[in-house]
Amino acid sequence: MTGSTEWPLWEVFVRSRRGLSHTHAGSLHAPDAEMALRNARDLYTRRNEGVSIWVVPSAEITASSPDEKDSFFEPSADKPYRHPTFYDIPEGVKHL
Amino acid sequence: MATAHQPFTTAPHKPAAAAVDGAVDTTVLESAFDAAVAADERIEPRDWMPDAYRATLVRQIAQHAHSEIIGMQPEANWITRAPSLRRKAILMAKVQDEAGHGLYLYSAAETLGASRDDLLDKLHSGRQKYSSIFNYPTLTWADVGAIGWLVDGAAITNQVPLCRCSYGPYARAMVRVCKEESFHQRQGYELLLALSRGTEAQHAMAQDAVDRWWWPSLMMFGPPDAESSHSEQSMTWKIKRHSNDELRQRFVDICVPQAESLGLTLPDPDLKWNEERGQHDFGPIDWSEFWSVLKGNGPCNDQRITQRRRAHEEGAWVREAAAAYAAKQSERKEATA
Ligand SMILES: [Fe+2]
Ligand SMILES: [Fe+2]
Repeated sequence: MTGSTEWPLWEVFVRSRRGLSHTHAGSLHAPDAEMALRNARDLYTRRNEGVSIWVVPSAEITASSPDEKDSFFEPSADKPYRHPTFYDIPEGVKHL
Repeated sequence: MATAHQPFTTAPHKPAAAAVDGAVDTTVLESAFDAAVAADERIEPRDWMPDAYRATLVRQIAQHAHSEIIGMQPEANWITRAPSLRRKAILMAKVQDEAGHGLYLYSAAETLGASRDDLLDKLHSGRQKYSSIFNYPTLTWADVGAIGWLVDGAAITNQVPLCRCSYGPYARAMVRVCKEESFHQRQGYELLLALSRGTEAQHAMAQDAVDRWWWPSLMMFGPPDAESSHSEQSMTWKIKRHSNDELRQRFVDICVPQAESLGLTLPDPDLKWNEERGQHDFGPIDWSEFWSVLKGNGPCNDQRITQRRRAHEEGAWVREAAAAYAAKQSERKEATA
């Protein structure tokens, strides 16, 4: 086999049941989206693990870099006032 | 694959931030990696990792993937001759699961930068190995039961600790695999039990299968700790959590009472409970057989690889046709856009 005929890689996301969001299940090779969906069904939902599947070409996904993890997520680290536990409420005040 | 199109799930070989001025400061990266592993955090595809860690994982995951798909052959041998529709449906589902396991694992290897075509090529040319257990023949229907009980049983014992492996995609693939393996083992056990409780000839057939599969199953855990070359480093990296001998002992202790319930014996005169150790003693393993099968002299080595190559070659036109169809469709789409 030459590299030129290797099918592209797809990422598979499965909704396990209604009310839950799709979760990354894994990846697979397929020539096109339709075949990717069928392969995903056979590969990741052989035991009723899903009610809905998304497939996305792996190359189309843009991801944050693990190298800049600290600087990228830092802005939220110094804002504790975004959390309810930041606030002092007198004891006995209810439903708050 | 070009770096620009590298999928988000794939590990870059050189992290961008570390390559400032062309000087790669690996000591900083390495200590971050060591700290993450020590803290029992998972390493994910795009994290920096030592080259040797990556290479070890690719080798191990590839060998594991190859074992799953080669392992389809000995059992598929009995699909057309399964004694009932129930058994046939079960066996087909099991063999299909093994194909699935292979695919989960190949995907995990690809997150480390390996290419699927290259891995298959290495299997077909003998440059990468698969578990030597699959070089033994399935002579009778009872072998299907013995494989499910013992071979899948040994695989489970090996794979359960791998669910906590330090490399995220491998660990996640193992969680999926382990969930499916338990059916494999139970169907094998049930099959053997039916034979063991059947006619005299059926009972003898079950016993014969267990006699033949017992020792090769013990070899599945790999050479003794004293001779195992990769073990120590893999333990430090938390790829491996228990030594070969530890897992082998665990398996023996699990199997002894299971064999009793089956009404079958294990072919080892030295097998007995050791009160002091709280474990079973068992006889010496013939490692010369293991090495010989691994080197290619098992009963079915040639058959397995020949069949695998043939399946791959005969499927080439399907892969090419599907790729051509996909190309045509996307051209059409572009033309009408
Ligand atoms: Fe498997
Ligand atoms: Fe299995």
